[in-house]
Amino acid sequence: MFAKRIIPCLDCKDGRVVKGIQFVNLRDAGDPGALAEMYDREGADELVMLDISASREGRATLLETVKQVARRLFIPLTVGGGVRSLDDALRLFSAGADKVAVNTAAVETPQLISEIAKHVGSQAVVVAIDAKLSRDLTVEVKPSLSGGVVAYTLVREPDGRMRESITFPRAVARCRLGMSPWDVVTYGGTHPTDFRALEWAARAASLGAGEILLTSMDADGTQCGFDCELTAAIAKSVHIPVIASGGAGEPEHFAEVFLRGAADAALAASIFHFGQHTIRNLKEFLAARGVPVRWERSRELKVRSSERPRESSDSSS
Amino acid sequence: MIALIDYGGGNLGSVLKAVEHLGHSAQTVDRPELLTSAAKIILPGQGHFGAMMGALAKRGLLEPLRQMLAAGKPYLGICLGLQALYEASDEAPEVPGLGFLPGRVRRFEGVFKVPHVGWSQLDIRRKSKLLGGVAPASFVYYCHSYHGPVTAHSVATTDYGQRFEAAVEMGSLWAVQFHPEKSSEVGLRVLKNFLDA
Repeated sequence: MFAKRIIPCLDCKDGRVVKGIQFVNLRDAGDPGALAEMYDREGADELVMLDISASREGRATLLETVKQVARRLFIPLTVGGGVRSLDDALRLFSAGADKVAVNTAAVETPQLISEIAKHVGSQAVVVAIDAKLSRDLTVEVKPSLSGGVVAYTLVREPDGRMRESITFPRAVARCRLGMSPWDVVTYGGTHPTDFRALEWAARAASLGAGEILLTSMDADGTQCGFDCELTAAIAKSVHIPVIASGGAGEPEHFAEVFLRGAADAALAASIFHFGQHTIRNLKEFLAARGVPVRWERSRELKVRSSERPRESSDSSS
Repeated sequence: MIALIDYGGGNLGSVLKAVEHLGHSAQTVDRPELLTSAAKIILPGQGHFGAMMGALAKRGLLEPLRQMLAAGKPYLGICLGLQALYEASDEAPEVPGLGFLPGRVRRFEGVFKVPHVGWSQLDIRRKSKLLGGVAPASFVYYCHSYHGPVTAHSVATTDYGQRFEAAVEMGSLWAVQFHPEKSSEVGLRVLKNFLDA
């Protein structure tokens, strides 16, 4: 069986993990090494660390955080955020990253993808793509005659006129119209570009990307589900694995993005905050739904030389 | 001394870290003189078959390695470190392998995405020291586009469209296609089996 991968994401700012999985029992949430061990123990298939620092100092201390995480992590580690050159990437590999993610810099200088791939191999290069429904398209929802709702897409024609088209799901119909409905956005989703997400993903793959990390900017933060139409469109247009990101709120969303979205892996951060959903429970749910996952009934620390996890003083167990 | 062969392209850091985590120490070796005093050898192979064999030859490591393996020096090959044991690889048809395993390394073909990146299950075929303590159908982490055929020395196989050699144990010659340094508890157990043997 080849498993779908569950990948938690840590946001790092100025050398500290600021947004990561927080469990009730973990006392040292700020210790990157302890966090790393915990994710591994919980059954994470890989770990992604994204640096959201704005400063150069933040980038430098990121390397130290990567080292601390990598030291006690024995699953693959991908690091991204602000990688702008081959040197940036090589420094991260030296610090312990197995893969490096590039986003804005790759859009601006696509040769960066092949440059890094030539050096370390495609399997170590992840191209992160932030995609958003094209600004030429707007969606209206109107009540239908039968008492439900109907979604209309207003499509901007080349001559500037707006044409109304019933769509459900909305993007599928746009695809049928021969349009590529998603644009690439850069600089953390703040900067729109004229690049279409589908075309850019295919180009990134041809330049040597090993995987695509696809974030739906429309779904991100909503906790209403992954963008399955976007994910499926990208997954079916490239021959490399696609990691879905953005929108996870319930275990069912993961089942959807694997079964309907054709994703090879799914990344999430917010869903695992405050411990209401654990990776372990998520995988149990997915296994029951027929999604192939790496999951053992009992997981015990057999081999590690470090001590057992500490219980927090106010744990009720 | 545990020698970690450095041919200039492998994933040394991760393997070294895992070895140290398990309480052992290892030395990276990029010259044949340093190889002779090794009690055990690990070859963490990554990248291109031809490039690796060429780099080993260029550093004068290929022949000493072949001789030490033939003489029964404990060896653990990882990923390309397993593929190097075969007679040849389609990835670099003009470059011979070490020839300890019969057959030819081939590329994955078919409907699945290539490279094979992610967690797949081991089909354990027989008891071995290499996989001692590893539960049946355990998942391990793979990252490869080429695979070796199943041999008589097979300890475990994996199916990814094609069934391929996942782990071999031939006396003191051990090798795995997956990355034990990236395979969580299962991987650490495999490494521990080699280091403690």
